[in-house]
Amino acid sequence: MMPDPERMPATTPRTIVTGVIGSDTHIVGNRILSMALEKAGYKVVALGALTPAPEFVKAAVETNADAILVSSLYGQGELDCRGFRELCIEAGLDAILLYVGGNLIVGKHPWDVVERIFLDMGFDRAAAPGMRVETVLDWLAQDFAARERAPRRQAG
Amino acid sequence: MHAAAALLIDFGSTYTKLRAIDLDRRIVLASGQGPSTVTTDISVGMRVALEDLRRRLGRLPRFRYRLGSSSAAGGLRMVTVGLVRELTAEAARRAALGAGAKLVGTYAYRLTAADMASIQGLGPDILLLAGGTDGGNSEVILHNARMLGSGTLDCPIVYAGNRAAWDAAKDLLAGKMAVCAENVMPEFNVLNIEPARAAIREIFLERIVHAKGIDRARDECDAVLMPTPAAVMDGARLLADGHGSASGLGDLVVVDPGGATTDVHSVASGQPRVPGVVQRGLPEPRVKRTVEGDLGMRHNAAAIGEMAGIPALAADARLPEGTVSRLIGELAQDVDRLPHDAEERALDRALARAALRCAMKRHCGSVETVYTAFGPATAQTGKDLSGVEVVVGTGGVIAHSRAPLELLETVVADPTEPESLRPRDPRFLVDREYLLYACGLLAGAEPEAALELALKYLKPPTEVLADDVAANG
Ligand code: B12
Repeated sequence: MMPDPERMPATTPRTIVTGVIGSDTHIVGNRILSMALEKAGYKVVALGALTPAPEFVKAAVETNADAILVSSLYGQGELDCRGFRELCIEAGLDAILLYVGGNLIVGKHPWDVVERIFLDMGFDRAAAPGMRVETVLDWLAQDFAARERAPRRQAG
Repeated sequence: MHAAAALLIDFGSTYTKLRAIDLDRRIVLASGQGPSTVTTDISVGMRVALEDLRRRLGRLPRFRYRLGSSSAAGGLRMVTVGLVRELTAEAARRAALGAGAKLVGTYAYRLTAADMASIQGLGPDILLLAGGTDGGNSEVILHNARMLGSGTLDCPIVYAGNRAAWDAAKDLLAGKMAVCAENVMPEFNVLNIEPARAAIREIFLERIVHAKGIDRARDECDAVLMPTPAAVMDGARLLADGHGSASGLGDLVVVDPGGATTDVHSVASGQPRVPGVVQRGLPEPRVKRTVEGDLGMRHNAAAIGEMAGIPALAADARLPEGTVSRLIGELAQDVDRLPHDAEERALDRALARAALRCAMKRHCGSVETVYTAFGPATAQTGKDLSGVEVVVGTGGVIAHSRAPLELLETVVADPTEPESLRPRDPRFLVDREYLLYACGLLAGAEPEAALELALKYLKPPTEVLADDVAANG
């Protein structure tokens, strides 16, 4: 995959924290995602598999991350991600961009129902199973551009 | 022909201790001791110690080196400040401990006015300011630099945080003595404590020694190189790694139970030894020092009593519980007290055993089983020292013990606590001559001689006992 200038972030690379939450060991998709982000010019802090929620937040604080991308594949996503936005707010990351993706919930549920659950938890975007990385890069480009136009909160 | 000699000095809090070394024959010529007179004029105690040495040697040799370490005047008192407690704040702690400091305060996140008041009250010799990876969070370290810069605290500040924020931090710290070292955590979860340690040691050498009046002994001592715990650490590193073609002992642990604290040093990577075990948390420094501030045999005898429990101490000492409680109360009042009789010796032995067992447990890592949907997995936090083959005991408590093996054996792994990664089957060495710090001091100038001395004078506890019997018989 070639870096696409359209999707290139601004001069100082934006920092994105990635990882697979909870007791989930499905690392393949998360690794593909992390590599694609790096190739697109982002600075990636990859926490890997088996990452407890507080570790995402601590890493984002120290690295002043712009976004956290949480993967959950094994079906426990709803439990593992509960309170994630609150953890971020607690740590002073009120406006950080939060995405979640993978195979979020066990069983057959209409996607809009699943999506609603995660958006209500405070995630900015939730990815349906099998989401392509190109789409994720587009989302990020759009959301970062929107923030530059109307910054919700000035970073220090 | 004069043999080349070296004088190694430990300016301690109670005593000024000297070791005269023959660098050619690589033997200890003699030891001397005087009081610590740092509160008045440190050179007075130094001259008493030299006189003591002269008495033993007949005549003082001309010393090629006269090097000192110091734990006098409270040691190197440090405060560390970081951002996230488990990340840069922890990295800063490790850097300070690795520099031989006595940590008097550790702070994380934004310093408040109350924090500033408490730091002021602690009166550190050096403050280490960390926070943010390089290019990461700068807001908090700049807030903290602003607080420190506008306050009245006047100790030197080592900045070892987000490199991108240093220019702005330097302005905020204008008027303070502040130096910049490489970030203790340049990338997320990457530990880089060596440059901060070096910066701390340099400030110690150039400013703190003078500020504490230790350089008043300059007529008798060429340089006070480092805090004494750092000298012990350098000695441990040399002993483990060897020098050039002379090999050392390999991975090892040094334990040093004292009156106020118990220090443990390990020189070992501590990586998981069992395949499939995942390491968690901050990476571990290969040369690591921990200090247990609540495990001192005098100042904190009561704390040891609380931690281990009076009944357990009493059972180990074979004394009635009432006697143990009473003696512990007396010890806290009289911190320089040496054991007078069989009862006090038995209690001291039990206190040292409890302190060592606990300090070692805290120093070593542990494993826990995490149950994943896929099945159980093992996660390790801290260092796996189960394979370490050598444990060295140093410091007065062990050197003066009649049965050092009984103290040292408590650091070994306990089959009832399989999660704790303590050494399983180490051999023990005793620093009866209190030489490890001296070897550490000498390691910079004469590493070969220092190594040979350490290898020669650290002895198995049984041999020590035999010597004792021979000396007494
Ligand atoms: C390989 C695999 C395993 C391997 C994992 C090896 C490893 N260490 O990675 C092993 C055999 C270990 C395994 C174990 C289990 N697995 Co499995 N596994 C799979 C499988 C076949 C493929 C996963 C994969 O690698 N996909 C390829 C990658 C590239 O795709 P991806 O992960 O989906 O990621 C893409 C997108 O989703 C997206 N994405 C990913 N993360 C994120 C994050 C964000 C923010 C965004 C925007 C996008 C995004 O980007 C990626 C690139 O396109 C899937 C089925 C499937 N076909 O998906 C089941 C599957 C995920 N496993 C499943 C289950 C149930 C399990 C087990 C519980 C089975 C068990 N009972 O033991 C265990 C759980 C172990 C654990 N604790 O984690 C279920 C999950 C059910 C659910 N969620 O409803 C699945 C869906 C199979 C099924 N249909 O039942 N598994």
